[in-house]
Amino acid sequence: MAKDQIQYVTPPKVAENRKKYCRFKKNGIKYIDYKDANFLGKFVNEQGKVLPRRITGTSLKYQRKVAQAIKRARHIAVLPYVTDGFK
Amino acid sequence: MNNFETVVILTPLLSDDAAKEVITKFRTLLSDNGAEIIHEDSWGLKKLAYPIQKKSTGYYHVTEFKAPGELINKLELEYKRDERIMRFLTIRLDHDGVVYNERKRNGAFSKKGKEKEAANG
Repeated sequence: MAKDQIQYVTPPKVAENRKKYCRFKKNGIKYIDYKDANFLGKFVNEQGKVLPRRITGTSLKYQRKVAQAIKRARHIAVLPYVTDGFK
Repeated sequence: MNNFETVVILTPLLSDDAAKEVITKFRTLLSDNGAEIIHEDSWGLKKLAYPIQKKSTGYYHVTEFKAPGELINKLELEYKRDERIMRFLTIRLDHDGVVYNERKRNGAFSKKGKEKEAANG
């Protein structure tokens, strides 16, 4: 009885997930400027909400700094608190 | 003596001279009380992300200075009293922040963003 095809119990993933990394650790960035709206916009969704770190891949230490920078930026009206279609 | 950074948003209704007058007022207030002003940057009129006091633009001014800690309360009290100032934010810069600001002033950051600078540094 020859097997026509191999059957896996858990099929292998066809496309391997890209490794998520913390961009601050990788690039050696130590300080996050709260005045830079373009940079902080990467960590914010279309409604202006802070993105979770499982989406951005940021480490915990830098996620906290990012969140603090975003809140400061919101205070000085460089980023909105709530909006629609931010990007 | 700590390094501080202040962002001040003035009403857009002020004339250019009046805005400069407010800025010089705070500059003299800082230097009279023993603060050393490291850098000043006026962004001018900028659109606000949300309306403040029903206005949609504001005159931004950023000051970086070195001062004893007790001065900050005094400074912020003056900010609150002045009606021409809509918002202010004072921050104590840690070592990384000071280094970042210096490099920014020396033009280490191009438009491409910080990744490029980190690759060079």
